[in-house]
Amino acid sequence: MRGSRLPPAGGVPRIAPLSGPADGRLAILQHDVLVIGAGLAGMRAAIEAQRNGADVAVISKVHPVRSHSNAAQGGINAALGRVEGDTWEVHAEDTVKGSDWLGDQDSIEIMARDAGENILELEHMGVVFNRDKDGRLAVRSFGGASKQRTFFVADFTGQAMLHVLYEQLLKSGVRIYEEWFVTSLIVENGTCGGVVALEIRTGRVEAIRAKAVILCVGGIGRVYEPSTNALICTGDGIAQAYRVGAPVMDMEMIQYHPTTLKSNGALITEGARGEGATLVNSKGERFLSNPRYGTTNKMELASRDVISRAEQIEINEGRGVDGCVLLDCRHLGEKLIREKLSQIREMGLDFANVDIVKAPIPIRPGMHYIMGGIKTDSEGQTKVPGLYAAGECACVSVHGANRLGANSLLDTIVFGRRSGAHAAKAAKGMSLPAVPETRADLDRKHIEELKARRGGEPSARIRLEMGRLMNDRVSVFRDKAGLEGALEKLRELKSRGKRISLTDRGTVFNTDLIFALELDFMLDVAETIVASALFRAESRGAHTRMDFPKRDDEKWLKHTLASWTPDGPKMDTLPVTITRWPPKERKY
Amino acid sequence: MKATLIVRRYDPESGKPPYDQTYTVAVGESEVVLDALIKIREEQDGSLALRCSCRSAICGSCAMNMNGHPGLACKTKVAALSPHGEPVQVGPGGNLPVIKDLVVDMGPFWSKVRQVTPWLRPGAPPPANEEYRVPNERMLDLSGMMACIMCGACVMACTVLEAEQGQGGKPDEGFLGPAALAKALRFVGDPRDGTSRERLEALMGGGGIWDCTHCFECVQRCPKGVAPMDRILELRRRAVDAGFTDHNGVRHAQAFVDSIRKHGQLDENYLARKSVTFGELFQMMPVALRMLLAGKMPPMFPHNLPGDSREDVKRIFEAMEEEKPA
Repeated sequence: MRGSRLPPAGGVPRIAPLSGPADGRLAILQHDVLVIGAGLAGMRAAIEAQRNGADVAVISKVHPVRSHSNAAQGGINAALGRVEGDTWEVHAEDTVKGSDWLGDQDSIEIMARDAGENILELEHMGVVFNRDKDGRLAVRSFGGASKQRTFFVADFTGQAMLHVLYEQLLKSGVRIYEEWFVTSLIVENGTCGGVVALEIRTGRVEAIRAKAVILCVGGIGRVYEPSTNALICTGDGIAQAYRVGAPVMDMEMIQYHPTTLKSNGALITEGARGEGATLVNSKGERFLSNPRYGTTNKMELASRDVISRAEQIEINEGRGVDGCVLLDCRHLGEKLIREKLSQIREMGLDFANVDIVKAPIPIRPGMHYIMGGIKTDSEGQTKVPGLYAAGECACVSVHGANRLGANSLLDTIVFGRRSGAHAAKAAKGMSLPAVPETRADLDRKHIEELKARRGGEPSARIRLEMGRLMNDRVSVFRDKAGLEGALEKLRELKSRGKRISLTDRGTVFNTDLIFALELDFMLDVAETIVASALFRAESRGAHTRMDFPKRDDEKWLKHTLASWTPDGPKMDTLPVTITRWPPKERKY
Repeated sequence: MKATLIVRRYDPESGKPPYDQTYTVAVGESEVVLDALIKIREEQDGSLALRCSCRSAICGSCAMNMNGHPGLACKTKVAALSPHGEPVQVGPGGNLPVIKDLVVDMGPFWSKVRQVTPWLRPGAPPPANEEYRVPNERMLDLSGMMACIMCGACVMACTVLEAEQGQGGKPDEGFLGPAALAKALRFVGDPRDGTSRERLEALMGGGGIWDCTHCFECVQRCPKGVAPMDRILELRRRAVDAGFTDHNGVRHAQAFVDSIRKHGQLDENYLARKSVTFGELFQMMPVALRMLLAGKMPPMFPHNLPGDSREDVKRIFEAMEEEKPA
């Protein structure tokens, strides 16, 4: 091939030496605090745990800067009084309203109150936030917020924060297990004592002991197809926690983001609407001015659940364009787009062949985020002693039935930090929980059995069927029949999932094996989502039941709780904590 | 359309050398190389190893060689590489050890990033209860470097690293490379950092900013518009401005300018004499001899430009110096 600089086939490439199980450096794997996942929540937790005197390690199935926090574009919320009359209480109230009153108000108060301090600390660490004309941190508008309080780095805020936290992690000297995949949590006598993990590059499986484990494993987007989420968002840690007795909460609360690309499900930031972009249907109407949607005041800056529903109705009723509606940025001008929306312009060009400077871009609601997750308290503690969770995988709950844009980054930082501090302090007076020496053998055996199996389906086929099923039945609009069908289908997929076989039986960088392990976790996550959606017989936030179209505060101002049993999830409810904002009608 | 991908495979456990494997896969018009590779992996061959995650050019996992040049597989359209259905050649990125198939060892990449002390070292304790006051323009400028996703495409494309490794250099030694140096400017240029001088001084040594040969490959291959080479040149300007001039690279640059100013074109002998010490010049004798024998020695006395051209060049210099901001 002309221009090729590949060496001819047959040449021997330089191969990095593999570190074998005999490597003395890794002989004893144990730490005070072990953080699973190296996105924003994970790195923030690790840095805080180390500050509190703990021996900390981070373990991640990808290099930290490959984590999905990267994809957060728009910004991070805090009431730093940039706009007249904005206080943390106003931010908290917006968040409560956004959550459709399902968020726990004590936790929301903590998040809103701690926000400012946390953002200033990020700035001091080196995040290159955009500034105003006085050189102070600039803010932009965001959906569901009554005041401008979203701090940002152009339209790649998550990436800018993630890379700076990685800088701080390098500075801290915290041990990083890079490209290690956690296969299970170790729980002995009811206490979490570490994890078993697979080093992807060598295939070795080891137990890593710890006094506290913090799950910061992110979201579950790959349970859906399509999704804005990265391919790594498979909810492994959520399923692992669920299996060892930590219940998951509000799993039915799945956020569909109003502006995703049709071609690959990629995300167009809410920041675009924050800067003034409009949504129009095939007739060129700004349909959010229609009173039926309850969005006549805030229009494009209403909450995500509300706008996604409106878009889906427009599309369903024939006023869409090829299964989409249009996002119009043209009137913002090229200069603003270049300075504040450069990445999404690039994405429009790359993935939709549209230059947003010149033409409206087709978008549609797409699966984006899970408000639910492993139930924790405001220190990140789960029901299992020694096991913590923070970030998207956790449900504190600060997002309730619908998360506000730019509150997810805040959630990761505030609760990542609190979990790290709490875990480090708790670990101080503790000895390492006892772990049987043969514990890792269980996972080794499971992997060997998987590799030995012949003649089954590939995992990819089952994942795709599951993803399409979820997007079809458990999306913006849901009903009993659809959900029951989905549950039945999932049980079939689970049984087929037990019989899959691999193409790759090697030990070095066997991604085929990783996908198979992930599928097993995703099927459990999917089951809890469907079971919870079936259980909640009302419409609230992102959860719209066609057969129960109204919010029902009398019966359902409650969290749903799913606990693992051998026969599938056992459903329960928990009260919602109301401190000072009683439920009201929700309009934007 | 049907696309043909010739993928460079390598399995370290097989004991066999790398080989090419051809796959045929259906792809849509706007689909990218990563879409094709994922289809291959999911539908045809689960053993194909590659890294990928976000699918939207933000995580930096999927840098690899496509038709001989590195880029992000998630951002490179199949149709662009294969307008008439030609086979697309896919292989691991260069200048880094191969682990398996399209997966390379990023260890040397990160070890070089770590060498530039990649975290903020504030000059003074941060202001209490508020942010550092910094002009927005400075932050926007830094954003251009923070846009780097550390995918490694620039390092895979770097001709200096290719030359060093061709002569037996190790991937984690020698030239720091475009990504690490662009990262260095992110701190040197950060008004909150108090250690710009130390940083610049550290970059004056071997493997630092003067080892780049301005081949433009990294600028062309960077999928995020970071233009690492431009950042390296900016570091050089700042180093010279900060008084770090005792370096062959600085002398070389100065000799370059002097020669053009004087003759209107390059006097390569002058360049060599001015750029290195006498001892180094002496060491270059065997090279000079070989050049002489091969008829490649530049003329002892440079030709001057014909007619008024030299005056034109002078006027260009004058115009540039007038425009140069104080």
